Amino acid sequence: MSEQTSADEQAALPQEEQSAGKRRTMTLNMGPQHPSTHGVLRIVVDLDGEVIRKAVADIGFLHTGIEKQCEVRTWQQVVPLTDRVDYLANLSNNLAYCLAVEKLLGMEIPRHAQWMRVMLTELTRINSHLVWLGTHALDIGAMTMFFYCFRERENILRLFEMFSGQRMMTSYFRIGGLALEAPRGWQHAVGKFIRAFPDSIEQYENLLNANPIWMERTKGIAVMTLDEMLNLGVTGPMIRAAGLAWDIRKDEPYSAYDEFDFQVPTRTESDVYARFQVRMDELRESTKIVIQAMEGMPEGDFQAEAPGIVLPEREAMKTQMEAMIYHFKIISEGFRVPPGEAYVAVESPRGELGYYVVSDGATNPYRVFMRTPSFGNLIALGPMLQDKLIADSIAALGSMDFVLGDTDR
Amino acid sequence: MNPDLTSILGNFYVLTLIKLALVAFVLLTALAYLQWIERKVIAHIQLRVGPTRVGPHGLLQPLADTIKLLTKEDLIPAHVNKFFYMLAPMMAVFFALSAIAVIPFGPKINIFGIETYMQLTDLNIGLLYLLALSGMGVYGIALAGWSSNNKYSLIGGLRSSAQMISYELPLALSIASPLLLAGSLSLREIAESQAGFMLGFIPRWSIFQMPAPQIIAFVLFMIAGFAETNRVPFDLPEAENELVAGFHTEYSSMKFASFFMAEYANMVTLCSVATLLFLGGWHPLVPPPAAGFIPPLLLWAAGAMLIFHGLQPARKWDKYTMPAFGAVFLLAGFAFLIPVLQPVLQPLFWFVSKVGILLFFFIWVRATLPRFRYDQLMRFAWAVMFPVSVVHLFATALLVALLK
Repeated sequence: MSEQTSADEQAALPQEEQSAGKRRTMTLNMGPQHPSTHGVLRIVVDLDGEVIRKAVADIGFLHTGIEKQCEVRTWQQVVPLTDRVDYLANLSNNLAYCLAVEKLLGMEIPRHAQWMRVMLTELTRINSHLVWLGTHALDIGAMTMFFYCFRERENILRLFEMFSGQRMMTSYFRIGGLALEAPRGWQHAVGKFIRAFPDSIEQYENLLNANPIWMERTKGIAVMTLDEMLNLGVTGPMIRAAGLAWDIRKDEPYSAYDEFDFQVPTRTESDVYARFQVRMDELRESTKIVIQAMEGMPEGDFQAEAPGIVLPEREAMKTQMEAMIYHFKIISEGFRVPPGEAYVAVESPRGELGYYVVSDGATNPYRVFMRTPSFGNLIALGPMLQDKLIADSIAALGSMDFVLGDTDR
Repeated sequence: MNPDLTSILGNFYVLTLIKLALVAFVLLTALAYLQWIERKVIAHIQLRVGPTRVGPHGLLQPLADTIKLLTKEDLIPAHVNKFFYMLAPMMAVFFALSAIAVIPFGPKINIFGIETYMQLTDLNIGLLYLLALSGMGVYGIALAGWSSNNKYSLIGGLRSSAQMISYELPLALSIASPLLLAGSLSLREIAESQAGFMLGFIPRWSIFQMPAPQIIAFVLFMIAGFAETNRVPFDLPEAENELVAGFHTEYSSMKFASFFMAEYANMVTLCSVATLLFLGGWHPLVPPPAAGFIPPLLLWAAGAMLIFHGLQPARKWDKYTMPAFGAVFLLAGFAFLIPVLQPVLQPLFWFVSKVGILLFFFIWVRATLPRFRYDQLMRFAWAVMFPVSVVHLFATALLVALLK
């Protein structure tokens, strides 16, 4: 280290620590521009050689004020904003918000729309886990995995584009159902992808599980006890890898999840490898759900029968007076939601994603608060990296699978 | 030929200068194109196509990269230790390139009445020289890490010092066993001792020879070589995902390119040494009559394949580029039939193809394996590589003493 930096640090240290002859540490700023922080996260680590003595996550670089923006949009206009919160699991965010508002409105969603929602959120989960797997493997050095995962992800993005016209910011869910009818031939497209997908999962597992270096880098790394995780509010695959089978899809079923047959994969080791296994198993379970949804898709409407909230059909708008008025009202002013508050949590790919929505009876939300899983999980960073090596911090960060947009809102 | 000219060319200094120019030119071009090959191979493993824009199949990409790197602003950050900062890339590239001086590419040849070795200099302690240079190579990286005055660079530099010093031990020990078999430290003599065939068809390469299977030494040498050259899975000093760019974080333009060049030159040297020590150097894989036919047949096959692909072009330019490359390969195949060129081309072919296969292996590994962790890497060196290489060396020494 240069004289200058060390002098700075010496000055920063309290007087008694210097005189006590304590081992001096080197403070390293990882990020906000760093290849492995996946976005703009800054981690301040105190290094003793290669060992991390203290790690503090400094978040907020991607703060976009989405929660505040929600308050000046009409209820329906908030949906595209929720896409931008967790941009890898946009449909999960759409769903949580829509469910919360529908709870306030007391709406009944047709079964077809509910099943569609389940299928698409599960595809979102696969999409998100693929990005996680690719970047996690890339961080540990297995560069080729990244490209294989993104090849599969491309197929899912094509499906999203087919449904909504957008690849990432789909905004496909609406308060009251879906934005559009499912496109023609979707069953063929989804089926083609999902039936070939289990083979890809096999391939990925073979590539990584048969690799002693991968096992050494992940087994027994960044272990955290279940109690500690519960105290910190960690959710999702991380807590399931610690042995708690907590999955909101099973424990507090929303949409139509209670009609599907799937398992909640758990592990007890609570290390990076256990989290890897849990997510790989979740990929399989999600595949199962998508296949069930595709094969047993009920007939019906894609939107609820709720004039004044759901946009009328184009045809009706041109021929019926009421429909025309509703259309005008919804587009210009928006619809009113009865005063009250609602909290709905869904299982996003990262964990418990909750939307707390307050209405004062106006056409825009009074307050929208997001309980995002990335934020909860990222809190575990400090204790998890204590006395670990720098290289382990990368594996641990990857295993948390956070999205900075989700953390900072 | 004119006897005057022969005597001038036969002059030691003139001859060495000519060889030097030739080797330097070929080596530097090869280094640039090694990078192109690496990008292409990794791209195809990763379902991409790699460089395609500059020239046909991106073949001029190395040239474009070189021009770009040379003309970039030579930035020296204000906070570096200037002297060592400038010295480090020079040292890295100097030690990497000078190692090639003792590498023989073929046997003694006789062109136009001049007898010479296909080698810049036949140092009788060639192997020790190589070990010394690879030891000095650490300084380039360690100094770069230290003088950059950057925390990432510092950690990268420290990692590489520890790593390269640890792996030098198994490297040296694994080199020792073929040395015992050959009884010489000169790379040329070691390679020459591997000529001929056992039972008429197994080449007498060190790797196939008893006593004590030398393939163990070969594997140890390659693993230690990966660590010496800082390649995946031992690329900790520049571990991008942890240390941004490691020891060369603060370097730009040609100074950055120097480190890059040093890494590739080290790779080439290492593969050449592995070929010379274990894979019989320039000696063919099959006994003489067949060995003469293999190079032209392979080249013709490659040429025919290229022309075939040129007839069914996948891209617009393939119609012209593929047959052109095919014609080059066909002509190269015919060159092997010219008697005057044969003694030069034959050994060169076998040597280059063995080195090429090893280099391909390096690239392949890079696309496949994750990275070790620092402590795991050190444990692997001291707890696995070192004991195995010591035991192997003792076994070889014992058996050599008993059998000879």
